[in-house]
Amino acid sequence: MPGLITMDDLTNEEIISILDDAERLLPVAKGETYLPLLQGKILGNLFFEPSTRTRMSFETAMKRLGGDVVNLGDVKTSSVVKGETLFDTIQMVDGYTDIIAMRHPRQGAAQYACDSARVPILNGGDGAGHHPTQTMLDLFTIRRAHGRLDGLNVVLAGDLRYGRTVHSLSHALVRFGCNVTFASPESLRMPVEIVNDLKAHGAEVNETTNLLEQINAADVIYMTRIQKERFPDEDEYAKVAGAYKLHARDLDGAKENMIIMHPLPRVDEIHPSVDLTRHASYFEQAFNGVVARMSLMCWLLGIKVPETIEGGASE
Amino acid sequence: MSQEGSMRRVTAIKNGTVIDHVPAGKALSVLKMLGVDGNMSNPVSLVMNVPSQKMGGKDIIKVEDRELTQHELDRLALVAPDASVAIIRAYTVAEKMEINLTEEVVNVARCTFSNCITTNPMEPLPHRLIVTKREPLELRCRYCGKFQEIDKLVDNLL
Repeated sequence: MPGLITMDDLTNEEIISILDDAERLLPVAKGETYLPLLQGKILGNLFFEPSTRTRMSFETAMKRLGGDVVNLGDVKTSSVVKGETLFDTIQMVDGYTDIIAMRHPRQGAAQYACDSARVPILNGGDGAGHHPTQTMLDLFTIRRAHGRLDGLNVVLAGDLRYGRTVHSLSHALVRFGCNVTFASPESLRMPVEIVNDLKAHGAEVNETTNLLEQINAADVIYMTRIQKERFPDEDEYAKVAGAYKLHARDLDGAKENMIIMHPLPRVDEIHPSVDLTRHASYFEQAFNGVVARMSLMCWLLGIKVPETIEGGASE
Repeated sequence: MSQEGSMRRVTAIKNGTVIDHVPAGKALSVLKMLGVDGNMSNPVSLVMNVPSQKMGGKDIIKVEDRELTQHELDRLALVAPDASVAIIRAYTVAEKMEINLTEEVVNVARCTFSNCITTNPMEPLPHRLIVTKREPLELRCRYCGKFQEIDKLVDNLL
């Protein structure tokens, strides 16, 4: 069954078409217009790992389009603790639902579920693997801000080693011809196989440990959280993480339309003073999770989004 | 020593399968892949690290009274893709077989990545490794996408 497991499942043309659909669905996502395109459809939310934004935005997306949602609930009280295989869980949920959104701690779980299911699977994160619906909402946010995806200078900063959002996103940005710069501590650099992969696609990749030097040339700064547990002790963490924090005063020389993004939750890598600047885009980005997932569910279920929606943009 | 001489290290077999040109030191892995162990009653001979003009060094395996199937031989593609295989009947070569490396290696070995979903032995779907490059051999797990360490794969044979 088709699903969205990695960004490789989408062509550039499909990405653009899904983003266009999302653009038109904005008033529906905001609740300004009711458009029950997915009435009668049921989404199965299978989150084997904690999630706030991804799970809630999938649920909101389905309900805004007139559909309904069933949840796996707490994994600790589900049949998973009794040792049920993922295959069996999928066989069951597949019978209850029309489409499944899934997050799982094991890498490859989404593809495995896709091979087991008769309904489409949306990968909401599998281990340190892929998170393509996050990438779609990130691309949507970037295109909303800049009107295009190609030729932008994008700086990805913080924990680039373990952060699955930056792995999927960097691949997608390169496909659209963006220049990417990776700013991270030495120990949290982008994995070498990803850097090599990007270069093999003809991308110009810059790597640095100095985030602040990158600000003025950037069109997008994508921040991620550096986790304390990645460091041997607190002092080491404080020393390193301090260089990957943004404060409003750091942004004086930034381009007018530069945006700062973050997959959230943030801890202290973006100071609240940044929230008040024109650059802060992370809350809009979190909202865009709803509209991007609305568009993706329509696409996977073969439901055409109307060319004109009341109160919305038309093509 | 000549190649003929190295073949004579083990006696000719009447019926069975001879696997020649196995990379030096890989014979035990090959036996493991073929499920040849102490529990079977057929006589098995092997020589390891004999000189070879073509390969520098090689291993040779002879399994008596058992004709390996094409499906069994194709499993060897992971460790001995260039091995030559002969089916022996009445002391003569009755058939020569080739090892084929298919585009996907199914249910031969389990993914080597410790956090892959397929590490749960109860999961029923087949183990699928996709061949992304033939020389040198490069395999990627269909599920988790991780490139496989070929040496470790031998420990993960199914």
